[in-house]
Amino acid sequence: MSLLQLSGYLLFTAFVCYLIALVLFGGAIKPAKVTNAPASAEKWGKLAITVTIIGFIANIGYFITRWIHTGHAPVSNMFEFTTAFGMFIIGAFIVSYFMYRVPALGIVALPIAILIIGYAAMFPREISPLVPSLKSHWLAIHVITAAMGQAVLAISAVAGLIYLLKHVNLKKDSMERFFLEAVMFSLVLVVGFIVSSITFNAMGYSATYQYTNKEGKTGVIEYHNPALFGMNEYVEVKLVDAEKKKYEPVVEAEQSFQPLAEMPPIVNAKKLTTVVYSILFGTVIYLLIRLIGRRSISAIAQPFVQRVNSSLADEIGYRAVLIGFPIFTLGALIFAMIWAHEAWSRFWGWDPKEVWALITWLFYAAFLHLRLSKGWEGKKSAWLALIGFAIIVFNLVVVNLIIAGLHSYA
Amino acid sequence: MEKIICTCKHVNPVGTKLCEKCGRPLTTEEQEKSVVDMRYDGIAIRSKTHNKSIVDKIWNFFSSVKVGIALIIITLIAASIGTIFPQEFYVNVATEAEKAAYYKDIYGTIGSLYYNLGLSDLYSSWWFQIIVGMLGVSIIVASIDRGIPLHRSLKNQRVKRHASFMKRQRVITEGQPSEQADKTLDLIEQQMKQLKYKVRREDNALFAEKGRFARYGPYINHLGLIIFLGAVMLRLVPGFYVDESMWLREGETRAIDGMDGYFLHNDKFILETYDNDPQGEQLRQGVNVVAKNYQTNVTLYKQKEGAIAGQTSDLEEVKSYEIRVNHPLKHEDYSIFQMDYRLNELKVMHFDLQNKASEKSLGAISIDLTDPEKEYIIDDQTKVELALYLPDFSGFKDGVPQTASPFPNNPAFIFRMFTPETPEGETSFVSIGQPAMEPLGNNQYKMKFASVETRNMSGLTIRKDKTIPILFVGGIIFMLGVVIGSYWNHRRLWVEQLEDGTIRLAAHTNKNWFGMKKDLNALTTHAHLPQYVDQVEEEQEQKEKEGDNTL
Repeated sequence: MSLLQLSGYLLFTAFVCYLIALVLFGGAIKPAKVTNAPASAEKWGKLAITVTIIGFIANIGYFITRWIHTGHAPVSNMFEFTTAFGMFIIGAFIVSYFMYRVPALGIVALPIAILIIGYAAMFPREISPLVPSLKSHWLAIHVITAAMGQAVLAISAVAGLIYLLKHVNLKKDSMERFFLEAVMFSLVLVVGFIVSSITFNAMGYSATYQYTNKEGKTGVIEYHNPALFGMNEYVEVKLVDAEKKKYEPVVEAEQSFQPLAEMPPIVNAKKLTTVVYSILFGTVIYLLIRLIGRRSISAIAQPFVQRVNSSLADEIGYRAVLIGFPIFTLGALIFAMIWAHEAWSRFWGWDPKEVWALITWLFYAAFLHLRLSKGWEGKKSAWLALIGFAIIVFNLVVVNLIIAGLHSYA
Repeated sequence: MEKIICTCKHVNPVGTKLCEKCGRPLTTEEQEKSVVDMRYDGIAIRSKTHNKSIVDKIWNFFSSVKVGIALIIITLIAASIGTIFPQEFYVNVATEAEKAAYYKDIYGTIGSLYYNLGLSDLYSSWWFQIIVGMLGVSIIVASIDRGIPLHRSLKNQRVKRHASFMKRQRVITEGQPSEQADKTLDLIEQQMKQLKYKVRREDNALFAEKGRFARYGPYINHLGLIIFLGAVMLRLVPGFYVDESMWLREGETRAIDGMDGYFLHNDKFILETYDNDPQGEQLRQGVNVVAKNYQTNVTLYKQKEGAIAGQTSDLEEVKSYEIRVNHPLKHEDYSIFQMDYRLNELKVMHFDLQNKASEKSLGAISIDLTDPEKEYIIDDQTKVELALYLPDFSGFKDGVPQTASPFPNNPAFIFRMFTPETPEGETSFVSIGQPAMEPLGNNQYKMKFASVETRNMSGLTIRKDKTIPILFVGGIIFMLGVVIGSYWNHRRLWVEQLEDGTIRLAAHTNKNWFGMKKDLNALTTHAHLPQYVDQVEEEQEQKEKEGDNTL
């Protein structure tokens, strides 16, 4: 077994552990009406956190073995970074669990980490060699610190979500209720992305198209799902000579599913197709959950957080920002500037990723000032924590995959 | 100036909310609250007391936290708008017209609008810089406005506080200790000291405090930010900041732009690629090769003292270095970075002067494309004159051939060929990939292309930034302040034992009530105190219960 294989198995082990731990944490909360509830809940809680820690150790094992195998910190592409982010969220959760002993944190933190790692696994997992600008020990220092900071900040969103699930009145129609359910829906969309990717991969679907990009050059793109949207001036082609990379148009009879609409050159129709499939699958799954549960997801989740101490949840959210903010500043801004000065000759260049790191930083600075001076606590603070997490996810997904820049991964 | 005199006879400045000495609430607003506002310990703040002159008004505007937050949010939104489309400095075109065309061609009408509104160069726009400047002013003013009075009040804390102050704290307790009532204060002192609090006692009162320095964290980090912003502004001062770039061909020695008296020789440019078989994503995206290394081997020279500017004959070698990405050449305050490269730039072109009919050669000439000569003499009667040289031929405009750049990307020539047979000379226009044009009638001779030599070129950036150490200091101070303010918190405990033995206790922390309560739990057990109450939490629970009932 090669080190890389071992690394893969370890990650899978970690993933399974997290799933089991999630169920166990459910047990740590559920028995409210049983007579020996507290003792039983404590037992479940202990078991749950133990399984989480085992998973986390396996996760770190994945990280280290992959690092040894590739020779560089495994944070250099979308799969590696996102996986590491999920891992650090688990790490931050474990620390916060031992600080506050609130099992409900696990009920929310674990699904988020599981979704993030699952999302990561949908990206290519091969090892690609490092381009010159990434060859620096700053790769490990900058990226790992930034990811840790984001992970701790994510815990504030976890606490915020718990607070809102408990406090938003789900029996009364309101903006709050709508947006809370929208947050739940967006989590289901990630499930939709994962399920649709796995489905089409299992089908082994593939179709190749030639297209013209915005600079007027032709390129070739391979879809792994039936193309809903076609690239600019697309023509379905097949590889006829792998050596010379020669493609020829496919005759009409042999054509696979043809795009429903052609997109202008600035839109990457392949990514758009993936997004639309994620929404389609996600919506179906969401409707199924509602149909089976006969309630909104918020309402399904609410009983799990009912017994959480509100002011404690509020304080956990606040402290997570207090602890995460300095780590984020150090990793995503200060170390980033030092490295940028070495690699690109300037410490700051208004690259989209840099700008969004600054935006994240400014946002949490505003969060702290609002909290300190304007007394934004409770619900308001919880919503802000969720918005902060949305910015972090935007920076991870949209800035890496859509906005072109020096940090683009694909 | 008016003063507020408290019942305890202490004279407080106007605007004080809680008496500096005994803590009694002085305003009706504070008196009506069940928990007083302890953010700045109830001190008088300049911006809340002066509002007459224009200076006061400006001061008050910038000292407002509300304004500060608004400025942060505006900066944030503006910054995000700048990432919708690439900024101009990431677009590889030179002129304004080309930029306008770029945004229009690629992003359509919205792109055009984006460019015309100046959003494509947002970060150097005057308005963005004004917003950031205002944010800087707000940080300074707000820090001074609150920092100084807060410091004064924290330094002069009294042990004994009035009952009306104690009762309006968030966490309080009042009652008889269950045991050892006569030794309660001693027990409290013992326990608090064990928890690393500083304890002071006065008569029947006790004051314990821990982590006061954490209150200075925000002011320290604001100072760091100001230093950082100041350093950024300092770059505008001449001499602090140099940012130049140059192309250096292999074998060439040139004066370094922005680095007076220094010359750089390009020994070799190296591009290495991974020789792996493309697989996985690499294959899928059709990327054949992944770059492994960009490197320019250079030698840095310095002119001797007193040499004439630009003179290259008398150079002293300073050092040889292999400039790679992430490994710039550093010398004195300067760094030279590997930024770009151009492979196989045309260097020399060889031509044969041939008789068109017999294809007999009269001789060969070699044209150095970066430094061509006016004429190339083959023998007494035979020579080739270079009437016009276009390094980067881009077509004709009004019948005149044009060049797009000074780089020999697509050289074209107008030759005048003099031979014994054609002493008056024949004119020929020669460009790559086109048959030669003979504008003045049929020629007997032609310039036949023989071969070409190429070389590589390195794009280097030269940078000096004397503000870096200041930026670094600002960054470190900021981090220090943030860490102090976030990872430590200020905890205080006031205790008074009344004549009948009743203990009145109040606790305050600026952050982390969870930690404060852990300390109080230990104290309650140790000193046999009655259970404390969190008034905020109690109120909230009350509300939740009421809320439940209405459902």
